[in-house]
Amino acid sequence: MSLLQTRALTRHFSGLKAVETVDFDLPEGEVRALIGPNGAGKTTFVSLLCGRIPPTSGQVIFDGRDISALPAHRRINLGMAYTFQITSVFANLPVAENVALAARRREATSAGVARAVADALERVGLGDRGDQNAGDLSYGHQRLLEIAMGLAQAPRLLILDEPTQGLADAEIAAFKALVRELASSTTILLIEHNMSVVMETADRVSVLNFGQILAEGTPAEIRANPAVQAAYLGTA
Amino acid sequence: MSDGARSLALHGALLALLLAGAFVLPAYHHGVLARVMVLSVYAAGYNIMFGYTGLLSLGHALFFAAGMYGMGLAVQHGGVTPALGLLAGLGCGLAVAFALGLLALRTAGVAFMIVTLMFAQAGYLTVLYFGPYTRGDEGFVLQGAQRVLFGFDLSDAGVRYIAALILFAAVLVGVLALVRSRFGRVLVAIRENEERARMLGYDTFAHKLGAVVISGGIAALAGAAYGLLFGYVGATFASVQYSIFPLLWVLLGGAGTVIGPFLGTLFMFYLIDLSSGYTSAYMLIAGVVLVALTLFAPQGLAGELRRRIWRGLP
Ligand SMILES: Nc1ncnc2c1ncn2[C@@H]1O[C@H](COP(=O)(O)OP(=O)(O)OP(=O)(O)O)[C@@H](O)[C@H]1O
Ligand SMILES: [Mg+2]
Repeated sequence: MSLLQTRALTRHFSGLKAVETVDFDLPEGEVRALIGPNGAGKTTFVSLLCGRIPPTSGQVIFDGRDISALPAHRRINLGMAYTFQITSVFANLPVAENVALAARRREATSAGVARAVADALERVGLGDRGDQNAGDLSYGHQRLLEIAMGLAQAPRLLILDEPTQGLADAEIAAFKALVRELASSTTILLIEHNMSVVMETADRVSVLNFGQILAEGTPAEIRANPAVQAAYLGTA
Repeated sequence: MSDGARSLALHGALLALLLAGAFVLPAYHHGVLARVMVLSVYAAGYNIMFGYTGLLSLGHALFFAAGMYGMGLAVQHGGVTPALGLLAGLGCGLAVAFALGLLALRTAGVAFMIVTLMFAQAGYLTVLYFGPYTRGDEGFVLQGAQRVLFGFDLSDAGVRYIAALILFAAVLVGVLALVRSRFGRVLVAIRENEERARMLGYDTFAHKLGAVVISGGIAALAGAAYGLLFGYVGATFASVQYSIFPLLWVLLGGAGTVIGPFLGTLFMFYLIDLSSGYTSAYMLIAGVVLVALTLFAPQGLAGELRRRIWRGLP
């Protein structure tokens, strides 16, 4: 069954069609990669899903329920988590408190929160950074912190916007392992430019171009798709 | 020592010192401290919005005055007991804060500052407009039985000091509990990055509204207590000056710290008091010291303490 669907989802920015009548289906339990050239509308599309920005028109359906009219925080409370492409952490707060803020909505006790924080930081490899201020982390580590904040919410749908940007090779390898491990319990929508991550983690791939879905299929199908190749070469 | 134990030691020591002050301070400073304690409660209320939530209000005199007049008018014209008067003042403040929050929180940043300023100005004019009851600028004095709270006569300086200390301690403990609570931590998250807090699933509008109501409620409580303790209710307390004071006190003492509002209020009071002893241009001296502080301790007194010595200072 589909965990997430969109129907004719559209967002214009004063004439610019950033997202144009997108019908999208994401089955529960799948890892879906969303790829596309710069400016294709990927960030705008996922922002419409979680309510960070309002659509021009169209619907978002989550777990069989039309959530188009719900404000962002209500959608998050239904089990979505969103990590920002441009890292958006609480720079002046300790790393652990950043994650605790993510965990506190579902963990009732302070012991439960502490456990969730330690667990999430451990999984992204920031276990020894809890006391540091988030703003003092390197850019790559801030990305990992974003992921930890997503994990700590134990979401049903985890939306990751270019999580591997700025990560070192070893960290990317660890990230791939993390996604595979999460895949059994969480549906993941992953915006990604790094093709090795897409090929090795995604069950299926959707390609966005000029605000519209250009192609959808397995990683191998997408790699072989001439239209996709053309879009990436800029000759479409 | 854990952060919790340290915090207990620091704030406990402050309360113990203030209690000792009741017995050892010379009469003049005794009177000053009673006043400073009540006014620092006002600053503590302001700090909830400004220091912890990042909402800069330029209209907090509205809440202070709502408390003061809610109490004063109920006691003076309604003939209620001072205890009920305090409740009436608190109730007025909460109601006004809720209404203002609903309207003003639709704006942010500079617009929010201006909207709060305008509302406070409207409040001030309302006080003047109802001159027959409020006695306008002149204000009115509370006397005799109107100032006997639970059998204690607040016109007695010793009683007044203890009453001020009880209020101060109650609010200090309350604020400490608040900033350690889930709710308080979300306020800090909103201050630091509202968009992120929202995308973690927090209803930021509701939290900000809660902050305004708590902040306004504490300010109103301070206003009501001030009127009762010092026996006077007047329009000056609704003027723009009284909206600026708590901002200054909190900035000086350390925004977003529990002890800061008290330090700032105390510091400012003695700064003006001492410099006016030397020269009639005392505001100039005060101004220079304020500029120096903002240059060298931009986080305020307690903020410097947090930056240099104890990062976990609540
Ligand atoms: N707030 C905005 N106002 C105006 N235009 C916007 C806004 N946000 C995005 N756009 C435009 O919409 C288009 C899609 O942007 P979006 O950020 O969704 O692309 P993207 O696929 O995420 O790109 P990238 O791979 O660079 O992250 C771009 O042309 C962008 O300039
Ligand atoms: Mg993007």
